[in-house]
Amino acid sequence: MPRGGNTPAVSSAFAIEADGLRKRYGDVEALSGVGLHAQTGSVLGLLGPNGAGKTTAVRILTTLLKPDGGTARVAGFDVVRDAARVRAQIGLAGQYAAVDENLNGFENLEMVGRLYHLGRHAARIRAGELLEDFELADAAKRLVRTYSGGMRRRLDLAAALVARPPILFLDEPTTGLDIRSRIALWDSINALVSGGTTVLLTTQYLDEADRLANRVAVVDHGVVIAEGRPDDLKREVGGDRLEIHLCDGADAAIAARALAGVGDGTPVTLDGTVSMPVGIRGGAIADAVRRLDEAGIAIDDIATRRATLDDVFLKLTARTAADSEEEQT
Amino acid sequence: MNAVATELTDMWVLATRSVKRIPRQPDLLVGFTVQPIMFVLLFVYVFGGAIATPGLDYVDFLVPGIIVQSMVFGGFVTALGLSEDLKKGLMDRFRSLPMSRSAVLTGRTLADISTNVIQLVVMLVVGLIVGFDFKSGLPDIVAGIALCLLIGYAFSWVFAFIGLTASSPEAANAYGFTILFPLTFVSSAFVPVESMPSWLQPVAENNPFTIMVNAVRSLFIDTPAGNDVWLATLWSIAIALVFGALAIWRYRRVVAR
Repeated sequence: MPRGGNTPAVSSAFAIEADGLRKRYGDVEALSGVGLHAQTGSVLGLLGPNGAGKTTAVRILTTLLKPDGGTARVAGFDVVRDAARVRAQIGLAGQYAAVDENLNGFENLEMVGRLYHLGRHAARIRAGELLEDFELADAAKRLVRTYSGGMRRRLDLAAALVARPPILFLDEPTTGLDIRSRIALWDSINALVSGGTTVLLTTQYLDEADRLANRVAVVDHGVVIAEGRPDDLKREVGGDRLEIHLCDGADAAIAARALAGVGDGTPVTLDGTVSMPVGIRGGAIADAVRRLDEAGIAIDDIATRRATLDDVFLKLTARTAADSEEEQT
Repeated sequence: MNAVATELTDMWVLATRSVKRIPRQPDLLVGFTVQPIMFVLLFVYVFGGAIATPGLDYVDFLVPGIIVQSMVFGGFVTALGLSEDLKKGLMDRFRSLPMSRSAVLTGRTLADISTNVIQLVVMLVVGLIVGFDFKSGLPDIVAGIALCLLIGYAFSWVFAFIGLTASSPEAANAYGFTILFPLTFVSSAFVPVESMPSWLQPVAENNPFTIMVNAVRSLFIDTPAGNDVWLATLWSIAIALVFGALAIWRYRRVVAR
């Protein structure tokens, strides 16, 4: 493929490096100093609620938007000064499935290939390959406005891959898709990553980040509030929890007393359920069952629950909410 | 590839894309074919008898005017298309590609020339069927056709500006027609300016659209031209330049969000 003059300026271990990114829209500070780093060949998950600044960060990194402050380099090129070079190295698939509804699948990919200047012949061959890869070959000649939501997303992702970009930005790639389509898209993304592509993925779905990302940056109110490997983040919020559902909710207080000392912390009760952190200690279930049996309390269900990124997320965002309330008072 | 070749390829690729949508959206196709035919027939047979055009058959008077009007409105697909591209995120896709930035606009307006050619052919054929007669020589007719296309191209930039300013494709459509309809009707396109109330006549006479219609009329049916042909050309170029600049300014603003 012709890629003359597009060799990265610096062969860095990081395909994406951003420091202190700031962006303000009127009175709203969308980003107030965001730093992000993605190692070449890894997946960085950008996690956060709506309006956290995820999309703004992606728009800056993909040269669609100029930051008010801070610096960012993608593939070693500065996103402001060397925007054209950055564009030759990236693919972008967004939450809006940016494909032309009045063209068919083949024409969409051919158009993108020609706009990457692959040449007409190469653009057509590449379009055919991608339609095969994304199981859209049967729909190649159908207008995109007849496609299902999942098909559009696949075509959108295919369009981002036309020039085989080494760095891929996926802005909420599976928002609004049914579970089958999500899994299919996850498989495609995993296949790309094993082929060496660096991916920055934004998502509101924590299981998605858990499944795909090597590292996760949690963004809220325009700042990164936590960053690390998913497992480390989960450990940070307290690891696993033992949950005991009682037959009679009225026993909860007695149960909590009986269970004191089983886990790594004080048991808490909620709606007839007693739960406590158990860290990585084994034997907690047997110990808990024995004690409750001795106390004569009937158990409906007992299980240890793995911490999820949901727990991480809720705990972290609750903390920032509390902080900002303190600031105000 | 050098910069000029890149620019031209990108413009061509995007123009092709814009043209392809026309036959695939039946309502657009109707807009480009049935609507102009309907206009010619309604004016010739319904209003024609009531409008006096001294020294000229009404159909000869009307056809140049109605053609120029359809050229002016031909660019509405550009407003529609740009507004949709913004709304649906395609603009972001284009801007993330290593392609020419301006091609997003120049490709659209280039595509409008081809749809204007279709309209022009349809209207001339219908005009000839209902009795329109060229009264000038071939060079003038060719010049008249070229002027029509230039006028259409200029107004494509007006529509590009409207499409990038309106909040939705529907709003773009509404703005376009609300602004341009009075312009085309308070002119010499459908009735002689002398038949209007005296207070309105200066408005109609100085309306650039009147100058454009008079110019095309002089080239098609040999009415006295005066400076109209040159003035119409200058007006078209001026409109293209001013609204081209405005469209580029809007484009930079809307995409920087």
